[in-house]
Amino acid sequence: MALTRREFLKSSAAASAAAAIGMQVPSELEAAAGNAEAGWRWDKAACRFCGTGCGIMLATTGEGKDRKIVAVKGDPAAPVNRGLNCIKGYFNAKIMYGADRLTTPLLRVNEKGEFDKHGKFAPVSWKRAFDEMEKHIRKALKASGPEGVAVFASGQYTIMEGYAAQKMMKGGFRSNAIDPNARHCMASAVVGFYQTFGIDEPSGCYDDIELTDTIVTWGSNMAEMHPILWSRVTDRKLSDPDNVKVVNIQTYTHRTCDLGDFNIIFKPQTDLLLWNYLAREIVYNHPEAIDWDFIKKNIIFTAGPVNIGYGMRRKGEKSLTPERPDGSAGKYSAKEMQTIRQEMVHKVSEDEAPALAPYGYKAGDEMHHTPGTLKHWEISFEEYKKSLAPYTLDYVARVAKGDPDESIESFKKKLQDLAALYIEKDRKVVSFWTMGMNQHTRGTWDNTLSYNVHFLLNKQAKPGSGAFSLTGQPSACGTAREVGTFCHRLPADMMVKNPKHRKIVEKKWQIPEGTLNPVGNQHIMKIHRDIEDGVVKFAWVNVCNAYQDSASAKHWIKAARTMDNFIVTSDGYPGISAKVSDLILPSAMIYEKWGAYGNAERRTQHWRQQVLPVGDAMSDTWQWVELSKRFTVDDLWGGYTLRNGKKLPDVRKKAYAMGYKPDTTMFEILFANDRAKSYKIDLNSFPQKGYDNTECLGDERNVVGSDGKVFKGYGFMIHQYLFEEYAWFGRGHGHDLADFVTYHKVRGLKWPVVNGKETAWRFNVKYDPYAAKHAKENGRGSEFAFYGPLAKALPKGTLTGITDKKKTPLPDKAKIFARPYMQPPEIPDAEYDTWLCTGRVLEHWHSGTMTMRVPELYRAVPEALCYMHPKTAEEKGLKQGDLCWIESRRGRVKARVETRGRNRPPRTLVFVPWFDERVFINKVTLDATCPMSKQTDYKKCAVKIYKA
Amino acid sequence: MIKHKYMILRRLTQIGVMLLYVGANFWGWKVLEGNLSASKLFEKIPLADPYAVLQMTVAGATLASDVIIGAVIITVLYALIGGRAFCSWVCPINMVTDAANWLRRKLRMNQVAKKPPVYRNARYWVLGLSLILSYLLGVAAFEFVSPISMLHRGIVFGLGFGWAAALSVFLFDLFILKNGWCGYVCPLGGFYSTIGRFSLIRVTHDAEKCTECMHCKEVCPEHQVLFMIGKESIPVLSGECTNCARCIEVCNDDALNFHIRSFAQQVKKEK
Amino acid sequence: MKNDAGNDRRKFLLTMARDVGLLAFGGFIWSAYVDEAVANKLALRPPGALKGKDFLKTCIKCGMCVEACPYDTLKLASPGENIPIGTPYFEPRDVPCYMCTDIPCVPACPTGALDVESVSTDGKLDINKADMGVAIVDEKNCIAFWGIQCDACYRACPVMDKALYLEYDKNDRTGKHAYLKPIVDPDYCTGCGMCEHACVTKKPAIIVRPRELVMGEVGTHYVKGWDKKDEKRLENAHEIHTVTPRSEKKAVDTLNDMGGLLDD
Repeated sequence: MALTRREFLKSSAAASAAAAIGMQVPSELEAAAGNAEAGWRWDKAACRFCGTGCGIMLATTGEGKDRKIVAVKGDPAAPVNRGLNCIKGYFNAKIMYGADRLTTPLLRVNEKGEFDKHGKFAPVSWKRAFDEMEKHIRKALKASGPEGVAVFASGQYTIMEGYAAQKMMKGGFRSNAIDPNARHCMASAVVGFYQTFGIDEPSGCYDDIELTDTIVTWGSNMAEMHPILWSRVTDRKLSDPDNVKVVNIQTYTHRTCDLGDFNIIFKPQTDLLLWNYLAREIVYNHPEAIDWDFIKKNIIFTAGPVNIGYGMRRKGEKSLTPERPDGSAGKYSAKEMQTIRQEMVHKVSEDEAPALAPYGYKAGDEMHHTPGTLKHWEISFEEYKKSLAPYTLDYVARVAKGDPDESIESFKKKLQDLAALYIEKDRKVVSFWTMGMNQHTRGTWDNTLSYNVHFLLNKQAKPGSGAFSLTGQPSACGTAREVGTFCHRLPADMMVKNPKHRKIVEKKWQIPEGTLNPVGNQHIMKIHRDIEDGVVKFAWVNVCNAYQDSASAKHWIKAARTMDNFIVTSDGYPGISAKVSDLILPSAMIYEKWGAYGNAERRTQHWRQQVLPVGDAMSDTWQWVELSKRFTVDDLWGGYTLRNGKKLPDVRKKAYAMGYKPDTTMFEILFANDRAKSYKIDLNSFPQKGYDNTECLGDERNVVGSDGKVFKGYGFMIHQYLFEEYAWFGRGHGHDLADFVTYHKVRGLKWPVVNGKETAWRFNVKYDPYAAKHAKENGRGSEFAFYGPLAKALPKGTLTGITDKKKTPLPDKAKIFARPYMQPPEIPDAEYDTWLCTGRVLEHWHSGTMTMRVPELYRAVPEALCYMHPKTAEEKGLKQGDLCWIESRRGRVKARVETRGRNRPPRTLVFVPWFDERVFINKVTLDATCPMSKQTDYKKCAVKIYKA
Repeated sequence: MIKHKYMILRRLTQIGVMLLYVGANFWGWKVLEGNLSASKLFEKIPLADPYAVLQMTVAGATLASDVIIGAVIITVLYALIGGRAFCSWVCPINMVTDAANWLRRKLRMNQVAKKPPVYRNARYWVLGLSLILSYLLGVAAFEFVSPISMLHRGIVFGLGFGWAAALSVFLFDLFILKNGWCGYVCPLGGFYSTIGRFSLIRVTHDAEKCTECMHCKEVCPEHQVLFMIGKESIPVLSGECTNCARCIEVCNDDALNFHIRSFAQQVKKEK
Repeated sequence: MKNDAGNDRRKFLLTMARDVGLLAFGGFIWSAYVDEAVANKLALRPPGALKGKDFLKTCIKCGMCVEACPYDTLKLASPGENIPIGTPYFEPRDVPCYMCTDIPCVPACPTGALDVESVSTDGKLDINKADMGVAIVDEKNCIAFWGIQCDACYRACPVMDKALYLEYDKNDRTGKHAYLKPIVDPDYCTGCGMCEHACVTKKPAIIVRPRELVMGEVGTHYVKGWDKKDEKRLENAHEIHTVTPRSEKKAVDTLNDMGGLLDD
């Protein structure tokens, strides 16, 4: 590490100081320090909100159930934020004490107190709540098998919650229908990582900011969404204003653009053109900039099919039948079908034609789509070069220019300047992106295109250089991705469809071989669609707001409220999902439980339970574990036939052979087994000493639990058990986490943690022990090893298809993908003439369930506004402050016109944030997804605007 | 004839006008917006309190034409229909002072009352003083102390401590001086007395029918205007008469009635 | 008779004197009250309001501006609020002025106390010309000055980047973050109070006050040498006369007064 240290020093004195203190601040002492204030206890935790992962300290006071959080401070020892916070983090202390916290289970009942889908909510006991859940799960399993039981999971689960849910769903119910809201947020980045590196998550870390010369943001309003990181970017710019350049590439002007040396406003979806333009500039006009040594040793070129649709519903699905002469189909109106038909076939447009020419399409051709596929094959560099030929400055500028009021010359100049910055030898470049590139009907492509440019220039996985995906949610990385609470994943980058992976998991979980379901296709939109199709009969919303955050929301709400199914929501506050549900469970909120999050730079951070939950609220971990008590081997492990005809074997006999009995509960197998019990309660030593532990010990609230008796705790350290068992999967596989107790002593560590040391830059031999090991083994003499194991043997072919089916192994290599520009399925036309882009504001978190209950934040931003260009407003007869309708083919909402606010769209686009349930913009958005990642594109659909 | 016809009509007018104002503020009615200081009728016709406008002018304000037109309209209106009709038919303080007066009669306060220590002319002095102060202070002086404005504005826009002003008037009238505010002090009443001197609608007395029961003088808030009762058959010509019609209502002899003033007749009589 | 007449005259004069005395007495109390009542200069007035005394002089207190306001921003002062009673004002912490582009409150004014001219550019209403007050930042309690990434005021500002802009500064304590400090430019600030309303501290750390209370004034004897526009201030320039305690006496008197000059 000596070299690293020197490089730090050279680059920036400030950064070096930070790095020096940043590494593994030892001690509990730090965390416990500052108990000076009378009766206050300070303890470290992570901020509840975004993926930045700021460290905070919480002050609590009072005894037992009267202990409450009274204050919060930024943790000065936390390397990410050094004691600072953003305006949301500033209010962490206030989020749990809203006046309408849910404190007891609520069930829709009729006058006799029986469950009634059309009844009103009334308080019920936990026992009754679990009785109803058990009953309806049994009903769903009987009707549809494991595919009938689904969970809307979360990137805001603690690691332990996510792991508990995953175990019960996949190991217990044998259902892979558990998919997180992180699907809406990170899935394209994930598939991008898998395809490019063969392993998930960024190669770089936040220190790149202090070490780089160039920060380019792509579809990311960092100033509002990652404020602490943005202040680091700002500091970097201030440190060396002449050399350090900031460029923002966005579809509308926003706060991040304030700092830009220049900003590029592009037409929605044409970021694909921009990336390809950059690659073409390198390959055609600056071939000297290509680091051929690096490419030859580390990179291969690949291509895949382009006719993959847009992830919408497909012809023949139940809710799309019958098709009627008026153009409507099933539950979809004629207007909606205008867009949905694009999923089956679309006509290649003039704008797309040049980009698709190398793939054999010309303008006017009908492209017949097949469902999205991850399939790809190796191609030659010449083929890749051919794919770039169309992206000339003229073509790209003509199609991509997003602001009709900007001249084409000005736009071209910016593109050239951008290319010059990337290409400049020795200039370090970081490309940051967030939802703009992920929430995209070609999100996966867009992600891989970013690595292309960085790879060609050998500016990836190096201090100060790299394409870096910023996460939205606090544990999209830590829980959703690393734990694998996706329908297709298992812990530590393993896949349900891979028999070897299933076997590893089955063995670790001590469940019979063959228990795990190999079909993992019920991603979050599919779960909604399956509910609408009547397949999913039981759905449980965990730590998310699935009915506010999903596009085409009207369909899913209607399906939940009018069809024969049972929807459960666990939440701290009554949001739209709770309202739509049949049963509501009061959940313990973040600091009312032990937990851990993982941020966007692979930093895992743990905290202890600070206070007891309010009312009868209990953690989601507890809810899952209690549910597991209701189901036995014989209940769940018989044989099933899945929708696609595949059979899930009857594994009961194997279970008996393992010593389980027909009535052994999932609780005993999955959660209260001997391994679990080996994690002892130890109230006399760190970290348990002095802290509440509701799940393990019960607490003085004496909550009456799922069996009608006072809950007295599991009697073993379940948090540690869940964490350690989960961590086992990654250790030794490039995914190493430290042990539970260590995390309570440090301000987080960036995995892989090898020999107690975190890893700052992955795949780089200098910094990543795994890369060093692989490089040594493969003997190529490269400074890098892209050792991710997925899809590392490919057939060969051309841009248009496979020519040689024989798979060639590609150990330790990363991929550059040929991927063209294609339009989204819905673009503005004469009637719906404006682009709609949705997103967030700094003051509110996601659907606003927490932040809209903080009085200061509510007052600062009480409602979602429709940001538009003053001329757009004028054209539509609107003025500042007027109410307008925003209407798409799917629905409409009313919002107030804002022409001079923080977001300044071009005339062709409006921006509406989604935090405000009264401005329910997801009634308007389209549920088209990237067909590969299944991530919804919330950033573009066509709307019309008119006066309300 | 209904016994309290005019009383009911007056109350309806008073309450109705206030209701229209309140409706404009709270429910966006477009009939009568603003308040008694200035308003808009049917979103077009400006109306304004001429006395307030006079004070503001004296104070040196440069006023927009709207409010001047409004003041002229109101001046002409009251000059025609009876100057102090404002006081008994529109002014919300009238309800307060009538209530005080009613309670006075019930408590027989009048019997302990002494001769008033001030003249009814005092209001003209106050009127003059208000203009002098407006000039000296450079603001409309009466508008800062007027309990009338505090009350009507308060009803439409929120009272605050405005109720204290109304209560003071009530207590003053109840305990200190019968009809004290309206009959002696109020410069707005004085103002309308002045412009109402020549108005057309007049109470006329028929001495031949009069039985001199003097009920009319008991109820009249400005009883000096009824000097002719039982003596002469002439109209009440004093501008201080508020056209409240209480005298007409209490007269059992049909000796009092409204008439349109005939200048010819009057001239003849004066001869 | 003569005596009677004399008595009458005397009585008349005395009565007269008494009345005038009473009137003067009342007048003094009245004017003292009014003087006090108009003394409060803290109130924020609607857009286009005439300045200071002119506004109080011209406002007829009809409340039509209040009724025209679509956001319930404006209120009429009632007794006890310590604001000249009956006059329109607003408290931005409760409801700020949302700076409607059609400024409905101003044309509603019948007296011209809200002056259309002052909020118009080339005959068109222009709310950016409004001058309701000026925002001031309490840098001690503004959390952006602590390094917190707040700037709620900045994002709320309808004249963003002009009236309220961010000043970037390095945070030397952390060594890698920047301060993003909100700075008010009084030349553009309209005093709408959106910032004060949005401020997330317990008591707002950015508040709006009437301009005359907040702003200083530089004498006309000095003009910025680097700013041509500053010469505009010379329009009000006047002859210069100075007196200090040192220069009170005539020169000749000073010269003739040896004072203690010859003392040991």
